[in-house]
Amino acid sequence: MSDVTDSGYNLRLYVAGQTPKSVAAIANLKKICETHLPGRYNITIIDLMKDPALAQRDQIVAIPTLIRHLPEPLKRIIGDLSNAEKVLVGLDIAPS
Amino acid sequence: MKADVRPAELPTIAKAPTGIQGLDEITYGGLPKGRPTLLCGAAGCGKTLFAMSFLYNGAVEYNEPGVLIAFEEQAGDLIKNVGSLNYDVQKLIDQKKLFIDHVHIERNEIEESGAYDLEGLFIRLGFAIDSIGAKRVVVDTIETLFGGLSDIAVLRAELRRLFEWLKEKGVTAIITGERGDGALTRHGLEEYVSDCVILLDNRVSDQLATRRLRIVKYRGSAHGTNEYPFIIDEEGITVMPVTSAGLAHDASTERVSSGIPDLDVMLEGKGFYRGSSTLISGMAGSGKSTTGAHFADSVCARGERCIYFAMEESPQQIIRNMHAVGLDLQRWVDKGLLRFSARRPSLYGLETHLASMHREVELFEPSSVVIDPLSALLGTGLVGDVHSMVLRLVDFLKSRAVTALFTNLTHGKMENATTEIHISSLMDTWLLLYNRESNGEHNRELYLLKARGIAHSNQVREFLITRDGIKLRDVYVGPEGVLTGSARMQQEAREKASELLRQQEGERRKRELDRKRREIATQIEMLQAQLAGETAEANLLGQESDAREERLTADRADLTANRGSYRTHNKKKGSNQ
Repeated sequence: MSDVTDSGYNLRLYVAGQTPKSVAAIANLKKICETHLPGRYNITIIDLMKDPALAQRDQIVAIPTLIRHLPEPLKRIIGDLSNAEKVLVGLDIAPS
Repeated sequence: MKADVRPAELPTIAKAPTGIQGLDEITYGGLPKGRPTLLCGAAGCGKTLFAMSFLYNGAVEYNEPGVLIAFEEQAGDLIKNVGSLNYDVQKLIDQKKLFIDHVHIERNEIEESGAYDLEGLFIRLGFAIDSIGAKRVVVDTIETLFGGLSDIAVLRAELRRLFEWLKEKGVTAIITGERGDGALTRHGLEEYVSDCVILLDNRVSDQLATRRLRIVKYRGSAHGTNEYPFIIDEEGITVMPVTSAGLAHDASTERVSSGIPDLDVMLEGKGFYRGSSTLISGMAGSGKSTTGAHFADSVCARGERCIYFAMEESPQQIIRNMHAVGLDLQRWVDKGLLRFSARRPSLYGLETHLASMHREVELFEPSSVVIDPLSALLGTGLVGDVHSMVLRLVDFLKSRAVTALFTNLTHGKMENATTEIHISSLMDTWLLLYNRESNGEHNRELYLLKARGIAHSNQVREFLITRDGIKLRDVYVGPEGVLTGSARMQQEAREKASELLRQQEGERRKRELDRKRREIATQIEMLQAQLAGETAEANLLGQESDAREERLTADRADLTANRGSYRTHNKKKGSNQ
């Protein structure tokens, strides 16, 4: 995980155990961030199996769910993030 | 429950009572325990309230904590909404008997990228269930997911998994679903939830909405199959099963007074059967309410409780009016024996009337009720509905052995003995009050059309409302026909007059006879006096002649003696004379 900067992306990825989808999502997210947001992102991975109460607090229905807390506004992307283009649209990142 | 009669070793479906009045009766115990039930209906049918009642009653009455997964309403809104039903949801949440989780899902806030599943929902649900040890779950309305997520195939698979998972968890669940065109639910939830399906409906006819409930299927259990009206009010949900009372009510042989001594006389001198239903039909002003008030008065006078459902008059008005006929109803109200329940028929729909009557009867536990008039309810629903409502009401009252007196306002000619609601067949006793016009006046008449199980009088009686209450008089039946009112009085006066005349005539003739007899007696006396006179005369004459004879004899003897010397000559002379 990188340092958080003012202009950085604060991302949370919600998974449920080590399922193939979770593993794929983590890998895909890291790849996208490294490619498009080098040094400007911060990823927190939350395993709901370990902390189920967070599912209600953060309104998680689908797994995996990626939430962009910063910059505002809050953005949600669900799925294993295999479609990088959609992830970029969802995170409001102009492809470079 | 009915299942009690089965041998214990036969497996039967365990049931979770909903605590919703009436629903547990038509399902014979409640929803299938540990299984999901589908509750479907169009928007505004009361699905959410139904589900909430299930949870609330479970937590409060059956010690079964519950979880609500709400897709459509925020927890705060929900708490407020059901607060109108006197459900203190917040307290239950604080006591960890209820857990509400609002699942917010908005399509335009979500980007989809790649494969996903709904494990998050499972985790939330699982967490909620485990945190309070829930036995009941409501998912309201899961079809919202179809609007929020685009991968229908995943959704369907996950829903199937969810329902299986709920079964494994052993929670009794209600899944609500929006009604679709031609299908029970818009997204075919009935495919997944097939143990029990309940359909709610809210139909409007004649500008009056009626909520109805039907159990579409209930696998492994008997259930009522009809559409049952239900109402939602501040006391919660009440389903009105017509079959719950059925025709199995006990028939009491005890008799109660009708409140009118003269009417009791017509009913073998004892009055109605306890727990029977009596209908009083009549035109406006024929004395229906007064009869009802007499009945209520007699009930309270025995120290029993009575509810007077007034549809057309206010309680004060009734009390005042009944003072005029010598009934003091106020004292019974003060003693807590008589309760007036006044309501305009148009105030609510039919079901609400019925349910609130049910409730009042259950709370007040009267031995008798008066419903005045039943016909006022006609305007609040279709004839068929009114009929079935009255049927349910009669069944309900009978099952509680409440003696009921219904009044029914009829129009036009009373001779055609029908009621607009066709309820006469439900009634045990039917009194007709006529209002007949003759000779420029209206007179009230009462006729006992039927009285089941009572050898009742077949006579039409004149019905008089006096300062001392209702009196029944025998009508005049004679060569002049059936007469009532002034005509009867005139006839009676006429009869009295002619009676007097006859009496006087008789006396006159008697006197005449007396006089004649006396006359004759006098005559007889006179004649006898005459006779006596004659007799005396005759005696006198006899005596005179005797005396004369004697004297003659004596004279002759003297002569003979004188003529002793001249015997021969004298003898000759004597023989010549």
